[in-house]
Amino acid sequence: MISLDISRRELLLNSGLAVATAAAIAGGLAGIDPAWALTTKAIDPETARGLLGMSRVLYPHAILSDAYYGKVVEALDAGAAADPAFATMLRDGVAKLGAPYGIAFHELSPGNRLEAVKAVEGSEFFEAVRGTTAWTLYSNPQVWPLFGYQGPSVEYGGYLERGFDDIAWLPKE
Amino acid sequence: MAKFELNNSNVVVIIGSGAGGGTLANELASKGIDVVVLEAGKRYTIADFKNDDLYMFNLISWLDPMSQSGDIAKHRPTPLWTCKTVGGTTVHWAGNCPRFQPHEFKTRSTYGDIPGASLIDWPLSYEDILPYYEKAEAKMGIAGRGGRPHLPGNNNFKVMAAGAKRVGYKRVHSGYMAINSVPYDNRPACRQIGFCMQACAIGAKWSTLYTEIPKAEATLRCEVRPESTVLKISHDDSGRVTGVVYADAAGTMHEQKARIVAVAGNAVATPMLLLQSESGKYPNGLANSMDQVGRYYMRHTTGSVFGIMPGPVYWNRGTQMAGLIEDESGHAPSRGFAGGYHLETIPLGFAVFGAVMMPGAWGEEYARDIEKYTHFAGMWICGEDLPQAKNRITRDTTKKDKFGLAIPHVHYDDHVNDKRMRNHAFAQGRAIYESLGAEKVYEATPFASGHNMGSCRMSERPEDGVCNKWGQTHEIPNLFISDGSQFSTSAAPNPTLTIVALTIRQADYIADQMAKRAI
Repeated sequence: MISLDISRRELLLNSGLAVATAAAIAGGLAGIDPAWALTTKAIDPETARGLLGMSRVLYPHAILSDAYYGKVVEALDAGAAADPAFATMLRDGVAKLGAPYGIAFHELSPGNRLEAVKAVEGSEFFEAVRGTTAWTLYSNPQVWPLFGYQGPSVEYGGYLERGFDDIAWLPKE
Repeated sequence: MAKFELNNSNVVVIIGSGAGGGTLANELASKGIDVVVLEAGKRYTIADFKNDDLYMFNLISWLDPMSQSGDIAKHRPTPLWTCKTVGGTTVHWAGNCPRFQPHEFKTRSTYGDIPGASLIDWPLSYEDILPYYEKAEAKMGIAGRGGRPHLPGNNNFKVMAAGAKRVGYKRVHSGYMAINSVPYDNRPACRQIGFCMQACAIGAKWSTLYTEIPKAEATLRCEVRPESTVLKISHDDSGRVTGVVYADAAGTMHEQKARIVAVAGNAVATPMLLLQSESGKYPNGLANSMDQVGRYYMRHTTGSVFGIMPGPVYWNRGTQMAGLIEDESGHAPSRGFAGGYHLETIPLGFAVFGAVMMPGAWGEEYARDIEKYTHFAGMWICGEDLPQAKNRITRDTTKKDKFGLAIPHVHYDDHVNDKRMRNHAFAQGRAIYESLGAEKVYEATPFASGHNMGSCRMSERPEDGVCNKWGQTHEIPNLFISDGSQFSTSAAPNPTLTIVALTIRQADYIADQMAKRAI
């Protein structure tokens, strides 16, 4: 078991006050420990840090803490555990991102990170990480309140009496 | 529920339990005809349904392996979005039920000879089907027909309607929906839940799962066998079909004898069953001596327009597709294409929205737009696509399914007419949202197709199609096509109402022919 610790300071910097407020209202962050740690089974720490950084370059949301992006790395790790070829592709892919700079991807400046990801756009590695990021990030019910998505409604009797037609800004004519 | 012996050769075997198969079962059983329904999928109840896009997608979708090529080559995980469950795709559908327009039954005569297309007139007219449209609408309880009120419009509809008015459209309303606007047929009125395509969790939307099928069973003339995958249709030396070979849930093979076989497996499985039933007498598969089985596969000209509006919309709230613009549905060649299209409201649940609103999109700007989820409005284009001989379902012999049979291969390319129509619809949809001050408009490419049609089409002449105007195959009198595979052309409207109307009409014909001992 390899453990990758994200400091409380880093978590707070990435999550920001907005998410804390939104989470307090929505309860969206309940259950996420400030001492959150990313653990991977089949992916080494360097690759894991790279994938974490890449997932945020792909779908950057200041309102989401690294904990949510960590779920993406966990999903990729599960794929790597099941398929050694996939694990190799991820490791090589992350290594290649930083190679032109002579610096590990997760240590690159924000501008260089974006440039590095753009350079591999369309590759199998890119698509695997992009697709996994999009599905993992947005299908997590914990993030839904942060984007204003209300999720299931039948439990509350639908929207018949809860605003299905409450739009107020349309022109009157 | 009735139980029939495998060697009972007096039963009508129906393959599939969706809009075609489920309806045919009830129509025949109600006339006193014994029916066995073989459904590949599992049987669920309303209590099994959750307001969860991905959970429901995995629970009810048809995800059997198939390969694909042409303009749909990149669709993942499947080029089609249909269902494998009792009730078929009526569990998932949105419920839109516009009627075909009279000219859409005469496309070859109306549009002329369009290069690259294989247009034919239907072997029946609007006048022929009209009484059956009325029966289908009464059966399904269509809101906006038969004196039943339209559904109330939700926020997403109000945005589309306000913009439509500004661009000059007149025929705008909340649609002809198979979703109860008032309690009907022992089913409740819609609660504006917003997960219609994830299976209606209260049964306000018509589905054969909880209407036609239990009604058929209550006659004691119908047995439904879920998890029964038909592999082959058998025939005798005279060429008439005699039964079907199927695998049950445990994989055990059975042969159910039959007087008549009706195939209603949707537009991929239906032609596949005919093709994989090849024999010494029928080396190209059943009803295929003219090489027509599997051709002219259609899926409508589709696409979506998404607007980021100046105020909140909450498009996730309420009936998903209760919104219809009919103004572009006619045939007006001055627009640069033949046929017409509808615009219908569509929302996306957040998981699907984030992942595939614009397939492949990423980066800072896209992420900012995703954060505007509550301000999105959406509409879906549903227009006529033209039949092309090269768009077809074939057997991919390079890959085998779990029964050792070749998997389906689906080839589909847009006709240039389809491209011109989509282009026009994108511009119109954009104008609608921009007229209300949209800050940005996305023109999104088609999703996996829910409307699949034409792959065993009806035709006046045997050389133009697979079946006649009753869905009876030209070559084998006791073999019927009973789903959207029958469609001669796609027309603009959503297909289900026409499938149900054709099925009620077909049941009358089958009963009449059986009484006359003709089949």
